[in-house]
Amino acid sequence: MGSFFVQRLAQTIVVVLAAALVSFALFRYVGDPVNNMVGQAASMADREAMRRALGLDDPVILQFLRFLRGALSGDLGVSYRFGVPVGGLLMERFPATLELSVCAMLVATVLGIPLGVWTALHRRSVSSHVLMILSLIGVALPTFLIGIVLILVFSVWLGWLPSFGRGTVVSFGSWTTGLLTAGGLKALVLPSLTLGLFQMTLILRLVRAEMLEVLRADYVKFARARGLTNRAVNYRHALKNTLVPVVTIIGLQFGNVFAFSIVVETVFQWPGLGLLVIQSIQFADVPLLAAYLVMISLGFAALNLGVDLLYAAIDPRVRAGMMSKARV
Amino acid sequence: MKRAGVALLALGLALAAFQAEAKTFRYAYRIDPASLDPHALAETFTLSWLGQIYEPLVGRGKDLELVSALAEKWEQPNPTTWRFHLRANVKFAGGEPFTADDVIFSVKRIKAEGSDMAYTVASVTEVKKIDDLTVDFIMAEPNPILPMQTTSTYIVSKAWSEKNNAAMPASIKNKQENFATSNANGTGPFMIKERQVGVKTVLVPNPAWWGVKEHNLTEVVFTPIQSDATRVAALLSGEVDMVYPVPQQDAARVNSTGKHQLLTGFELRTIFVNMDQARDELLESSVKGKNPFKDKRVRQALYQAIDMEAIKSRIMGGTSHIAGTMVAPGINGFDAKLDMRLPFDPEASKKLLAEAGYPSGFEIGMDCPNDRYVNDEKICQAIVGMLARIGIKVNLLAQTRTRYFEKILSRNTTLSILGWQPLSYDAHSTLQDVINTPKDKIGTYNVGSFSNKRIDELTDLIEKEVDPAKRQALITEALTIHKSEIGHIPLHQAGLAWGVRKGVSVHLRNDDSLELKWVKVDD
Repeated sequence: MGSFFVQRLAQTIVVVLAAALVSFALFRYVGDPVNNMVGQAASMADREAMRRALGLDDPVILQFLRFLRGALSGDLGVSYRFGVPVGGLLMERFPATLELSVCAMLVATVLGIPLGVWTALHRRSVSSHVLMILSLIGVALPTFLIGIVLILVFSVWLGWLPSFGRGTVVSFGSWTTGLLTAGGLKALVLPSLTLGLFQMTLILRLVRAEMLEVLRADYVKFARARGLTNRAVNYRHALKNTLVPVVTIIGLQFGNVFAFSIVVETVFQWPGLGLLVIQSIQFADVPLLAAYLVMISLGFAALNLGVDLLYAAIDPRVRAGMMSKARV
Repeated sequence: MKRAGVALLALGLALAAFQAEAKTFRYAYRIDPASLDPHALAETFTLSWLGQIYEPLVGRGKDLELVSALAEKWEQPNPTTWRFHLRANVKFAGGEPFTADDVIFSVKRIKAEGSDMAYTVASVTEVKKIDDLTVDFIMAEPNPILPMQTTSTYIVSKAWSEKNNAAMPASIKNKQENFATSNANGTGPFMIKERQVGVKTVLVPNPAWWGVKEHNLTEVVFTPIQSDATRVAALLSGEVDMVYPVPQQDAARVNSTGKHQLLTGFELRTIFVNMDQARDELLESSVKGKNPFKDKRVRQALYQAIDMEAIKSRIMGGTSHIAGTMVAPGINGFDAKLDMRLPFDPEASKKLLAEAGYPSGFEIGMDCPNDRYVNDEKICQAIVGMLARIGIKVNLLAQTRTRYFEKILSRNTTLSILGWQPLSYDAHSTLQDVINTPKDKIGTYNVGSFSNKRIDELTDLIEKEVDPAKRQALITEALTIHKSEIGHIPLHQAGLAWGVRKGVSVHLRNDDSLELKWVKVDD
């Protein structure tokens, strides 16, 4: 187990470094930040001086090493757009995105798993058909459209929920949360639904397909033949065995939801990382983008590691494989 | 639990009591100001927003006319001196008294390395203190428009800046945070109570402000909302009292609710087409060995092939002002007689092309931003279609502004559109930065390198001419030559649209600047 962990950790570090290098190579394509950083009165010579001072005319590999050296000593640089340290900016925005992603994934799993089970067990019922058709909407409609329709209905027409922002937040040191105020909770509803809808339909469909497969398996038939109750067969045996791929998907999708909340955050002006990043791309704010991408690749790698370890907890076969591999 | 409930109730009641007399104005704009440091970035919105907190010596009134701000009077004792008589008994929000020393310090700070505002006082060689409330700005050459150029040149407190280690302007070049980036201390009508970068800023009236209060606000909440649809939704749902800009496709919707109204005007920014007139062979063209744009007939052919009425009605929703000259109405030096376009006439264009030796047209590349000006990409697409009708095949490259400006400012371009709003609201800036032959600090945005000796000379004369009537004559002469030479093809000024809840009154000024000091909330 220990060496398995060490091995995965080493892989993780390599992946993160590679991701950082690739993103640096790509920054040339976001355009020249200097023209955004000076006003229209700046002469070409002023712009060139700025470019030199920031080291933007150095080769990519040199810029990358400089970033790496800074990052290792805890200095992620200063944002080109905001003129404040990048680390602080990211930390300030992190709670908003984390809260939104967790709520979205909660919505997705809490609704997705039971609905998936329901549609698998009551395959031919009208309600299942309706659910399956509705779930197609979640898959087919683009997120920004869902967001805008929700805003139109619940904010503009009904006036129940806010159309933008986080509402009232409470701060604990550098951490902020909207979970403790009515305004904050209300502000969470629409963005979480919008962000979670696609994930919910994905989980629903996955659980349904896996359940149908498992319900046909011999051991389920055998369990029924033994006279176990429907409840025990469906939930203790069948559902538990469908959960391995579902946990994988939830783990990986959480990473996706977190990293790609960009669209939802833009639509709802949610002050999280996604909104910060989209603005940074438009501005070509290289230090911020670099730090963000490294952070995200770190997060993805950690999630995958976590999912691997969770497998072991759910499925004893994986655990056995790991142990034997570790012994070799 | 119960106690918490009681506490909450008490808090609620207290809030309700407070709200009874509080007048909160909530508004949203597309972006957040880039910095609170008034000398860090010369960007129109950032300067306009900071103008609520900081003040210049001479400001702008409701029709952009010059009005007194921190200077009560100003005069020119001789052609190379501007004397400003400062307002007495003015205090910064932090309590520091405002004196001539702050003016001298601010100009020094603006001229320091890292400041983006140095151009506003470029002509000033020295600032002399005559007494505590009188300063002289000394120039090497006469500069008749210094008060006009400095309406965004904000005065900071010397004591506050020095105490907080912010004596130098915030610059990204220094790679560290500057206290003035996130803190402000001005003499203006409002001051910052709370700020979260990119999220929300709360302003409150500055109790020490010297001016006569026209507004009735007790609090202002500013939120940047980037997405057009969300910004309009926030207005319609009543979460904010005012939003700008309102995208044109939502204009009718805002007007039709009965609870909101749309204020409209025209931008001071003129959109125009650049044509590369410097190279001997164009970069992206089928014509080899020569540059068709050096021939005025070709430039005129392009001009007359562009149907601005169609662009106005089909793309701009009828909201734009069609431009015949390079400066907008409202800019000092604008001459209405020049604001007439050559007639739209594709047949004449074809004839001109044939005369110039291109009877079957040619092929060129065109650069266009897709997120900088109102409907920029659509305008370019329309131009592509219109030029195709006279046989000019245009390959359009529309991209995000960071990529776009990188390409065109390195002159790696053949045909492009660009917009220019003089920050001094004076035609001299358009002439100097967009029309003059590029050289050193001159003609930075003249990406087609149009060049006319007489216009260059006139621009120098305009810079120094003290007599307003003579100066206007010189500007008109320069713009007339440019028009007849077709140095650029002027297109239009886009419409401005602000959405306001009924019961709130704001003043739309044509520089798109919302002045909180004129806002009233009635209910």
